[in-house]
Amino acid sequence: MKILLFGVTRDITGKSELELPNDKAVSFVKVEDLKTFLMEEYPELKKLSSLAIAVNNEYAADEKGIGHGDEIALIPPVSGG
Amino acid sequence: MKDFGPEKQEMLLRARVLVVGVGGLGIPVLQYLKAMGVGLLGLVEQDVIELSNLQRQVIYGESDIGKSKLDTAAEKLKGMNSETVIQTHDTFLTRSNALEILSGYDLIVDASDNFATRYLINDACVILDKPFVSGAIHGFEGQVSVFNYQEGPTYRCLFPSPPEQGFIQDCNVNGVLGVIPGIIGTLQAMEVVKVITRMPGILKGKLLLYDGIDQSIRHISFPVIEANKTRKALEPRYDPEDCSRVPVISVEKLHRELRENREKTYLVDVRSHAEYDLNGLVEAVHIPLEALESSTEEIPSDKTVYFICRSGTRSLVAAKYLIESRSSGSVFSVEGGIEAWEKQFGILG
Repeated sequence: MKILLFGVTRDITGKSELELPNDKAVSFVKVEDLKTFLMEEYPELKKLSSLAIAVNNEYAADEKGIGHGDEIALIPPVSGG
Repeated sequence: MKDFGPEKQEMLLRARVLVVGVGGLGIPVLQYLKAMGVGLLGLVEQDVIELSNLQRQVIYGESDIGKSKLDTAAEKLKGMNSETVIQTHDTFLTRSNALEILSGYDLIVDASDNFATRYLINDACVILDKPFVSGAIHGFEGQVSVFNYQEGPTYRCLFPSPPEQGFIQDCNVNGVLGVIPGIIGTLQAMEVVKVITRMPGILKGKLLLYDGIDQSIRHISFPVIEANKTRKALEPRYDPEDCSRVPVISVEKLHRELRENREKTYLVDVRSHAEYDLNGLVEAVHIPLEALESSTEEIPSDKTVYFICRSGTRSLVAAKYLIESRSSGSVFSVEGGIEAWEKQFGILG
């Protein structure tokens, strides 16, 4: 599973992209499961009160189902101008 | 031009567009909309031009440092053509003036540099039933969308509430590559033209994500949440609640304290190294905000502590932190920061 990172999530993880191995990715049923996993890996993410998740370029709520082949994007708001 | 004839030009001339923020994003938006003949352009800004702005705010030059962004930009824009009108609003957008200012325009451009203003613009636009073209930048990236356009989603449909104060820093702290606001602001100008002239393909319910590193553009589609479209009033406050309990002091009072009570006064500048080197006050100790946690022991507990930053936002975060980590002692945030100090007393005080 490929996870693209944007904004401050890039600063937090130090990466622009994460690749999760299949055996890990198959354990996720819903977006929520993936979120929980990422927040355990990177506790700083918990500070983001708004973090949009897109599955295959579509906004996905917590209860949306995901598959191991999906492309995920973590999109926090950014404020610079 | 094919598909953009005199009737579309006429629509531009009749349009009234408000640009909130005349910085990295606002400047390219204004330059193109002025050049293309938008009839009325409103500018909302109260900052002064700083050296650190020049790498991305390309309408300003070295000789403009210390001058008002609003007046400087307005003058340069007026010189571009005489057919269209520039209207200046010499203020920051606040809870008390937002509805009044926005109501005079058809379309709003969010070119601001902080979350409080972004949520305020969203809420005011929902109340007034106006669309807004939003642009925001971070590092090598940017986001663009047209929110609240017709029945389309709002900013809160994508990002329901603002992040914790200070967690995502502004451009002066976090840094942004100078060309990024130029790209994102120009994309915003394109959306403005599309909305005004009713062209197809408007970024309604779509967030454009631009990444300068690989020059990729992605569109994320997102749905409307109907409850966000029915707002009738602004929130009670937009700067985070937590910081509202932090005592603040004016630059005039600080100036007096430094003169009359020097030995009881401890002034801490919490800006970045680059900002502090540029115009830090001689009376101030420098502790960048991110180093505050590891440096609190340096701050004496028997003196009154004053935190200062550029405009008074980071100093609130610093003061809140010190108040919470100490049970006693007197702590203040300096309202308006170094900018207010320079306006009042000049760089040397």
